[in-house]
Amino acid sequence: MKSSVKMAKLTSLFVILLSFFCISEAVFEDQVGKFDWRQQYVGKTLFAHFESNTQSSKKMFVATDKNIFASFNSRTGDLLWRHVDKTGPEGTIDILLLHGQDALMVVGDGRLLRSWDTNIGGLNWEVVLDTGSFQAACFVAIQDTVKLVAVLKKAAISLHYLSNGHQKWVENLPDSDAVQYQAVYSGGEEEVYVLGVVPNSHLTIIAYSLEDGEIIKQRSVEASWLSSVESSCVVVGQGVLMCVDPATLALYTLPIQAEETPEFSQILLQSLDLEVSPGFQPVLVSSQPHPARSPLSEFFLQLGPDHHVLLQLNADGYTIAPLRDFQPAFLVSFATTGKKTVAAVMTPKNETACAINLFSVDSGRRLLDTTVLFPLEPNGGKPHMLYVHAFLKKDDSVGYRVLVQTQDHALTFIQQPGRVVWTREEALADVVTMEMVDLPLTGTQAELEGEFGKKADGLFPMVLKRLSSQVTLLQAWLAHLWKLFYEARKPRSQVKNEVTIETLSRDEFNLQKMMVMVTASGKLFGIDSKSGSILWKHYLENVQPNAAFKLIVQRTTAHFPHPPQCTLLIKDKDTGLATLHVFNPIFGRKSHIALPALPRPILQSLLLPVIDQDYAKVLLLVDDQYKVTAFPSTKNVLQQLQEMASSIFFYLIRSEHGNLSGFRLRKDLSTERIWEVVLPTEVQKIVAVKGKRPNEHVHSQGRVMGDRSVLYKYLNPNLLAVVTESTDAHPERAFVGVFLVDGVTGRIIHEAVQRKARGPVHFVHSENWVVYEYWNTKSRRNEFSVLELFEGTELYNSTVFSSLDRPHLPQVLQQTYIFPSPITTMEATLTEKGITSRHLLVGLPSGAILSLPKMFLDPRRPEVVTEHSREENLIPYAPEMPIRTEWFINYNQTVARVKGIYTAPSGLESTCLVVAYGLDIYQTRVYPSKQFDVLKDDYDYVLISSVLFALFFATMISKRLAQVKLLNRAWR
Amino acid sequence: MASVSRSFLLLSIIPTILILCADFACCNTGRKTGDGLDTDFSGFSVPLEHSFEVDDVSRFRMRGALQLRGGRETSVSLSQSQLSEEDRNNLKEVAAVDGLYKIRVPRVSLTDRQTERQMDGYLTAFVRACSLVESHLSDVITLHTDVSGYLIGVSIVTIPGACRGTEVEDEVDLEAFNTTLTIIPPTNAPQPETALFIERMDIEHEKRGKPQEQKSFFAKYWYLILGGAIFLMASSSAQPSAGGAEEQQS
Repeated sequence: MKSSVKMAKLTSLFVILLSFFCISEAVFEDQVGKFDWRQQYVGKTLFAHFESNTQSSKKMFVATDKNIFASFNSRTGDLLWRHVDKTGPEGTIDILLLHGQDALMVVGDGRLLRSWDTNIGGLNWEVVLDTGSFQAACFVAIQDTVKLVAVLKKAAISLHYLSNGHQKWVENLPDSDAVQYQAVYSGGEEEVYVLGVVPNSHLTIIAYSLEDGEIIKQRSVEASWLSSVESSCVVVGQGVLMCVDPATLALYTLPIQAEETPEFSQILLQSLDLEVSPGFQPVLVSSQPHPARSPLSEFFLQLGPDHHVLLQLNADGYTIAPLRDFQPAFLVSFATTGKKTVAAVMTPKNETACAINLFSVDSGRRLLDTTVLFPLEPNGGKPHMLYVHAFLKKDDSVGYRVLVQTQDHALTFIQQPGRVVWTREEALADVVTMEMVDLPLTGTQAELEGEFGKKADGLFPMVLKRLSSQVTLLQAWLAHLWKLFYEARKPRSQVKNEVTIETLSRDEFNLQKMMVMVTASGKLFGIDSKSGSILWKHYLENVQPNAAFKLIVQRTTAHFPHPPQCTLLIKDKDTGLATLHVFNPIFGRKSHIALPALPRPILQSLLLPVIDQDYAKVLLLVDDQYKVTAFPSTKNVLQQLQEMASSIFFYLIRSEHGNLSGFRLRKDLSTERIWEVVLPTEVQKIVAVKGKRPNEHVHSQGRVMGDRSVLYKYLNPNLLAVVTESTDAHPERAFVGVFLVDGVTGRIIHEAVQRKARGPVHFVHSENWVVYEYWNTKSRRNEFSVLELFEGTELYNSTVFSSLDRPHLPQVLQQTYIFPSPITTMEATLTEKGITSRHLLVGLPSGAILSLPKMFLDPRRPEVVTEHSREENLIPYAPEMPIRTEWFINYNQTVARVKGIYTAPSGLESTCLVVAYGLDIYQTRVYPSKQFDVLKDDYDYVLISSVLFALFFATMISKRLAQVKLLNRAWR
Repeated sequence: MASVSRSFLLLSIIPTILILCADFACCNTGRKTGDGLDTDFSGFSVPLEHSFEVDDVSRFRMRGALQLRGGRETSVSLSQSQLSEEDRNNLKEVAAVDGLYKIRVPRVSLTDRQTERQMDGYLTAFVRACSLVESHLSDVITLHTDVSGYLIGVSIVTIPGACRGTEVEDEVDLEAFNTTLTIIPPTNAPQPETALFIERMDIEHEKRGKPQEQKSFFAKYWYLILGGAIFLMASSSAQPSAGGAEEQQS
């Protein structure tokens, strides 16, 4: 105990000492938002509500599949507030109900009932509900005011006060083993009704007294055709249960409150002249505008994917009158304002737009001047949900705004008369993978490039061409100057630097790039890294929800006039079948390149350094019979592959068998297995494998030590880091294994076992080191370990590295440190030439991103400081890794649920571009060795140039004076 | 030092190993036993096979027998025969077309005392045939085991490893393998060294000299207190007169 206190003291002292020789690198106040941006998302909307039915209301509330409850400003689409709950089923939002200022939410399959204040987003109260899976919930009114909320669970119903969440009563449902209770209904009477069904047998209706939860009446009605109340029944009119049966094509009505026990009365759809599309399950849509009153007697019946009918239940309670037939109509929705209820219907207008119209519910007549156009994007998703915000205008007519949710999770808010107010691309809440692509050159630069690309055709035309291109350059420069001059006169705020796809061009230091992001929903985005604006989007339909994506840059922008080319490999996880989507990453357009047929499941894909005649790198796809398909597969490529076949090696990992095996390509594009390593699955299972990034440069081959000798790094580009976890989960016997395997020869270079350790393991493999983080089960803390590989003081073969000719095993150094926080993801910085020192970017669960100097993770940190280690600038070993707040590169811009960090080099050696994604997206730049190649913002050009000029004139004058003096002396 | 203590440990556990091993000697009978030196406890042999074909289709043949000995101190030795004339020529041919020389060993467990010691499947590794020829059959074979003693991988390298295209004229050079054989268990990754760090810091503190004797509060800060007192006295004596002056003025 005492020693630990002492240790903490010492380490703190040590940290203070360290801070003297570590360069601090925080953001200055005026730099906030200058080089970085953050976008916050919420995910796919499940429930959406608007605040109140006045024209001036600005708030809307959504609950999403990412377990988030958020509020938007409906004028701008910005987040007002957001509550991020736990991930997984524990935080699932089952239902969101809104009444006045209160938003009621059931969370975690009926675990919690929460009430939020919608004004400020604060939690009013939270109660823990009894166990049991959630079925339904509704507001309950007593004497025209809503005071209670009823929550129906599988085996119980409970009533809670809206004001404080206290439970009014809870009652067990009778016979809950046999009866599936699925709905709860209250129409403002003294009872609350629970509807349950025994599938294909009968319907059970129980009325509970609001006062004390006593069962007032209970009856069961024969309904052999009914399988689910939830999906096929709604309550309409004065408490009439309306069900639709797809088998008999009939509507059934039953008064819920009736005293006697009547039968369902059947109304055949045929008698109403209605026809259901073949294979379609009809759906009923009703509306209860106020919980204290009974629902509307009008309701929608959906008969086909684009066919809806507005029906009305007559006052007698068992006859139905059709009001209006809507065909084609994608989506329908009810909206109420004041006493008026309207129906909004979305109908296709033409290829590029849908029209939304309002209809009076009572008569089915179209309201005049209510048409709103919803633009359909060519590569967007189809409309999926319609949320209408209706309000009364000053002249007592109904106005409305509409929120359209499309299949690609985008939300579009439209105002009359058809103006898109904002769009939120919520697919970006779940980015799976991304790449950064250089922007193309400007038109003039490209022309200049093109001049060199072309074949020479004589001296005179060449000179002419050169002159003309110089003239265009001059023109562009003058235009630029003029623009600068013109804009300098305007106040700065008015100068708009809008980035559009046409004006995209590479900047001087290649700091602005195109971020190509792939989301889980199958929507691709092209985002400008400087501003964060979405420049293009492309929705891939027919992507399975569990698909795996791999994004490959086959051709960069460097090969003008060939356009850059990206390939997305989409693999269905169940079948293993893969499809390719080839596109231009700058414009998002799909390329019309012949794609190879991939009839067999794909096991592995590898990008070769081989390029075809159009400068596209060759992608090899290995199928489950170890046959190889090349893409592109032109004659040229196949010929090159045949020549190189014996030097193309690849590896396959089947983690379920613990099997790592290596293959060599044969000339006929078949493969032969050449090595095999098997890690028995009874002992440990492979959790992750990482190679090195192909675009990584290592500037320095070795490290100069204190005695001026050089310790050479073991830089094996084929090295794989394989991380395993033990199958034995006992804290004493659990371990994490780290294997370094050569991907060509299958040689195990190093095998380390971290005892008493458990995952999740996060690791980075780069240069000659591997850093991994794990959970120490004995000490119950997170620890970082670093492995570095060195060849020794002599290089075996300094000119070229070959895995086949490197007989000596490298020296492996390892050190472990305590890390005072759990982490969610880790990545290393990357720069153009690899001169800049490396930092590790660590995503913490708090949403902070820590830039940890690699200097702290160095296995050569000495335990005892010597002259040599001081010479080398090694930090003395300290078991605890510090976390310093100025290392947080995102200051207060926390990134919720960080899932991945992507780093890309820029044109400046000192600068690395960083994108952190998860629920939010955050882009910034980091300077691991400070900006050694950039002049500071406040660099005093005037002083420097005046001093220079002064010195220049001073030398001139003194020279002249000296000459005169010399002359005088010579005369003497 | 460490090795001495470890061998002591080994000596102490040998009897237990002997007892444990007595019961599975019977399941070894089918296999070819080694030279008899190590057969008395836990030693067993597995075949080491090799394949080198011009058409690169693997046809594994016997190269030798690996004598494996499990237990606390695993060791391995190899008994192998010379290459036949036909094999030598074959190997040279394979080397000429830059073919591969592959070896494989069956997956076995060194410590598992269950009846089934051998699992299905092999561990395979390769080296370029030319480098094997040019190194005059001097190869280094390394066996890797995991924490529970399963063989997980095998690797083969030749020293020197390069193919320079030098002709090996002398047939004698290609007759016998000059094999170095090692078995590598996983290394234990280090834990954070807190104890040593604290110790070092303590020593450093002692070096810096003992902290000053604990003086009493007054002994430490007497001058501050005195100064404060004087200042207070001075200001209190000055204030009334100033206040008085003000009063007079008003």
